[in-house]
Amino acid sequence: MTPSSSIAAPGATPAHEEHHDHHPSYLVDGTTIRSWLLTVDHKRIGLMFLFWVLLFFLVGGIFALLIRVELLTPGPTIMDAMTYNRTFTLHGLVMIFLFMIPAIPAVFGNFMLPLMLGAKDVAFPRLNLLSLYIYLFGAVLALWGMLNGGLDTGWTFYTPYSAHTTTTVAPVLFGAFIIGFSSIVTGINFIVTCHTMRAPGITWFKMPLFVWALYATSCIQVLATPVIGLLLVLVAVENISGIGMFDPARGGDPMLFQHLFWFYSHPAVYIMVLPAFGVMSEVVAAFSRKNIFGYRAVAYSSLGIAFVGFFAWGHHMFVSGQSTFAAGMFGALTMLVGVFTAIKVFNWVGTVYKGAVDFKTPFAYFCGFLFFTVFGGMTGIALGTVSLDVAWHDTYFVVAHFHFIMVGATIMAFLAALHYWFPKMFGRMYHEGWGLVSAALIILGFNATFIPQFLLGNNGMPRRYYEYPERFQALNVASTAGASLLAFGFIIIAMYLTYALVYGRAAGKNPWRSKGYEWLTESPPPTHNFVGPQPTYPEEPHFYVDPKKAEVPDAV
Amino acid sequence: MSELLNNILFLPEAASTFAERVDMLHHFVVGTTMVMSAGVGLAALFFFFRYRRRLPAQATEYVVPTLKTEFLFVSVPLVFFLAWFGIGFRDFTFVTTPPKDSMDVYVMGKQWMWKFAYPEGPNGVNVLHVPANRPVRLLITSRDVLHSFYVPSFRIKMDAVPGRYTQIWFEATKPGTYQVLCTEYCGLSHSKMLAEVVVLPQEEFDVWMKEQRRGRLQDRQDALADTSLVPPVARMVEQGQVLAGTQGCLKCHSVDGSQHIGPTFLGMYDRVERLQDGQDVRVDEAYITQSMMDPGAHLVVGYQNVMPTYQGKLQGPETAAIVEYIKSLRTPNVRESASEGPAYDAIQ
Amino acid sequence: MQSSVSTAGAAAPVPRLAMHFASLEVQNHAARLGMWLFLATEILLFAGLFVCYGVYRFLFPDAWAASSRSLDLTLGTVNTVVLITSSLTAALAVHYAKEGKNKAVAVQIALTLLMACGFLVIKYFEYSHKFHIGTLPGRYYFYEGIQLPGAPLYFTVYFFSTALHGLHVLIGMAVLTFSMVRALKKADFGPNNYTMVELGSMYWHLVDLVWIFLFPMLYLV
Repeated sequence: MTPSSSIAAPGATPAHEEHHDHHPSYLVDGTTIRSWLLTVDHKRIGLMFLFWVLLFFLVGGIFALLIRVELLTPGPTIMDAMTYNRTFTLHGLVMIFLFMIPAIPAVFGNFMLPLMLGAKDVAFPRLNLLSLYIYLFGAVLALWGMLNGGLDTGWTFYTPYSAHTTTTVAPVLFGAFIIGFSSIVTGINFIVTCHTMRAPGITWFKMPLFVWALYATSCIQVLATPVIGLLLVLVAVENISGIGMFDPARGGDPMLFQHLFWFYSHPAVYIMVLPAFGVMSEVVAAFSRKNIFGYRAVAYSSLGIAFVGFFAWGHHMFVSGQSTFAAGMFGALTMLVGVFTAIKVFNWVGTVYKGAVDFKTPFAYFCGFLFFTVFGGMTGIALGTVSLDVAWHDTYFVVAHFHFIMVGATIMAFLAALHYWFPKMFGRMYHEGWGLVSAALIILGFNATFIPQFLLGNNGMPRRYYEYPERFQALNVASTAGASLLAFGFIIIAMYLTYALVYGRAAGKNPWRSKGYEWLTESPPPTHNFVGPQPTYPEEPHFYVDPKKAEVPDAV
Repeated sequence: MSELLNNILFLPEAASTFAERVDMLHHFVVGTTMVMSAGVGLAALFFFFRYRRRLPAQATEYVVPTLKTEFLFVSVPLVFFLAWFGIGFRDFTFVTTPPKDSMDVYVMGKQWMWKFAYPEGPNGVNVLHVPANRPVRLLITSRDVLHSFYVPSFRIKMDAVPGRYTQIWFEATKPGTYQVLCTEYCGLSHSKMLAEVVVLPQEEFDVWMKEQRRGRLQDRQDALADTSLVPPVARMVEQGQVLAGTQGCLKCHSVDGSQHIGPTFLGMYDRVERLQDGQDVRVDEAYITQSMMDPGAHLVVGYQNVMPTYQGKLQGPETAAIVEYIKSLRTPNVRESASEGPAYDAIQ
Repeated sequence: MQSSVSTAGAAAPVPRLAMHFASLEVQNHAARLGMWLFLATEILLFAGLFVCYGVYRFLFPDAWAASSRSLDLTLGTVNTVVLITSSLTAALAVHYAKEGKNKAVAVQIALTLLMACGFLVIKYFEYSHKFHIGTLPGRYYFYEGIQLPGAPLYFTVYFFSTALHGLHVLIGMAVLTFSMVRALKKADFGPNNYTMVELGSMYWHLVDLVWIFLFPMLYLV
């Protein structure tokens, strides 16, 4: 108990008096709209992020379906070429900047990080709220630009095309620039929280692995985002006024743009996928009732990926004309990312060894996740194998690869987190049967969508093609069919989770009997996370050993 | 064996020396990936079953890996990954280092077409002729934005970057026609920026090359000769049709009335068009010729200035043939509005 | 949700402790760590520009040498001296804040702001001269004196980096003004409560540091 915790904050009075010894959960502590919009409670901010992130996921998903429908036939199907080019650009932008980057850190990270560290809030609660509004402001600006003229450069904004195109580049880029600030603020907040807010007893190597993953993610966010921020502003100014920074007609170098772009955008991939790894470390430990096999290896590999990820960007440029030597260096460094990921995969499977597996919905997503990570990761290694990339670069193979590892793994983790922490966040349970059905649908649908795309890439179909030679049609139809299956799965989830939100049975404090730190408090937690004295943390997280024989850990 | 694998993996026919190397590594990587992921997957499934939960709050043993296990986790993938990288990098060095005796072809990407030029020979648009079994070095650049030259059957790809030359080489092993695709997004008609590589046996290639050079010479002499020697109109229409294909006109101009990057040829002749400067122009021989030689001079409303000039690329008779071809596509009863359904001619 | 511990009447002004921190030291530590991380992002922001500078300098050495000579070295040097001196006064402000001398804090910050204004005025004269003779970025370049390829690019980098730095000067001035007003109105800086001045001053040092890199890059080499 800290000296300060007895001090009442205005507007959020701990309700000792009114509720006869029962603390209201954060959900009902203040019910006005103002109490939500101006809250500095990390849990409410997390929920608001959840709302917006899901909304943008819906928008991006609709664009994805439009793309798939357009590609049903080799010629024009439902839209013209310009609309198609804008659609895939919007799909990429919305999914990356508005959904995947904030998806897990800003929603579940915000909600769980203080709970997992035994803290009452993140280090800078007001900055946390600010990051939400920066994100929304950037999103509105970007979407406004997209609707007023749209952007047709692809999400990579490669110059010189982006410097010359007549579509509205500037508002969208400024929007993305502003969203970058939100990402930086969240990153700074999380790092400082990890350093200063750990409860007594939680040492660095007793932090839950999700926190480790968030810590590594935040480091990337803080270090890489400013570079893309600068770059986006440069391109926007270039497009408006022709200052010639990256325009070869004025002496500029488009390759320099690509280097700077991928210096951010490659680590950005790990911003999306590292939190997913963290979520899965929690889920696999909770549902097999086991400590993580090789805790330190998993923690260090998160940092390893974050570090090496900064030096692998050139593998996006193997055929751009960079030197053979540079290609070799970047290729070799790329392999290290694969090794770190492999360490994680082996340790997750090892965690199940001698465990006690309860095959619930989050665990079903763990299975899907394992599959997508192994396959997506291995195809990533294959792409990093320099000569193979010459054939595969910018074909549908790449599209399928990054949808597997970046989207597949992240979506699996996002849904696993949503199901695993649903009782924690809302205090209610969803229907388990529907959970498993939709998990199966989504995993199958995802494979049906993207496995044909691997084959399309092998067959030679380039990305961002509005029309294509007829020999590619069969696989495209298969992919579109898979996408509709995927959409169907998401609709089921939306339905039963909404139902559970209102009518779900009360979950109780810890329905999974999980020993993650976040479950030590009530579900849903009260406003300042803990009632009465702060919990103590004598054991490491996910310690399921029988107390009677908890003495000698044996090694395998 | 490798044929079968290629079919399963949907790989197109391997038609260059580099393609064979790539496919070999590809099979190795994909094979290992399959075996390894099957291993991991089966182990996981076995664990899920063997260690299923028996009590709601079951206690488990505390298991940590030994140093040996962790070492295996690191070293096995590392060895495989580095082996693949080693092979891959060797092949990459192979494809970026052209042999000394290779034949040079200059490739220029432009929205949205590929132009090929031989050092002392003819030029071509969207069709690249090369001899089989001889190394060909491509020197690639772009005139506007980024493009990327990709031949799936050769497994080669290289970006075309404005302001600099990139290079890649290949040695085609089988005569035939192979598709070229642009793989770097380059704007509106990115997906229409297709071309083809025609691989000829060495003798046929030599013959083709000789014809091309003689053709040039011939044309120049023809131009000087008496106009009465120009072949009759009917013959010119045929010639023009061929030229419109080989010179890439039909990449942007349709002949069936549908709108494309450029205006359709169908019914174009003798039509009155509104120009961007507000004036009207009748599309006659002079206007068509001028549009080929200086496309940006008088643009019709609604079209971008994207056509390359054919000044110097077409000889006099060739230009005339294309004009005749366009004239032949003039039908008095062409509807200019969108089709409202299939229109069938009565069978006679 | 920061709650102030009201200790009105107590001898030493106590800063506000937010409810979620364990102690004041932790809170100050967190604030300082956050600021350092933010400064790291700022440095990386400029690092991107430095990379552009390096690459184009390598590609167009002659144009860059000639363009660099065309800048007014005297004005640049004066500006550097002004800015470094302002960093000194900003540091002194922190020193006085620790001792609780709020008047002195306000005076030092006022001096810093004065020099910052001086810096901006000199920068304005440099800019207007360039607009006049036409050493401008990209397609706006019309200076006859240097006709080397790459010269317009030099001025793209010059204008972009100095303008970005100027923007940071303005932000830094706003932050420092905030501290100054507080030192005058509330006068509650003291040994336990100087984080605000310290953070503002740290930011100001960063602005100074960036200029220390920009000056030799643009004017000297």
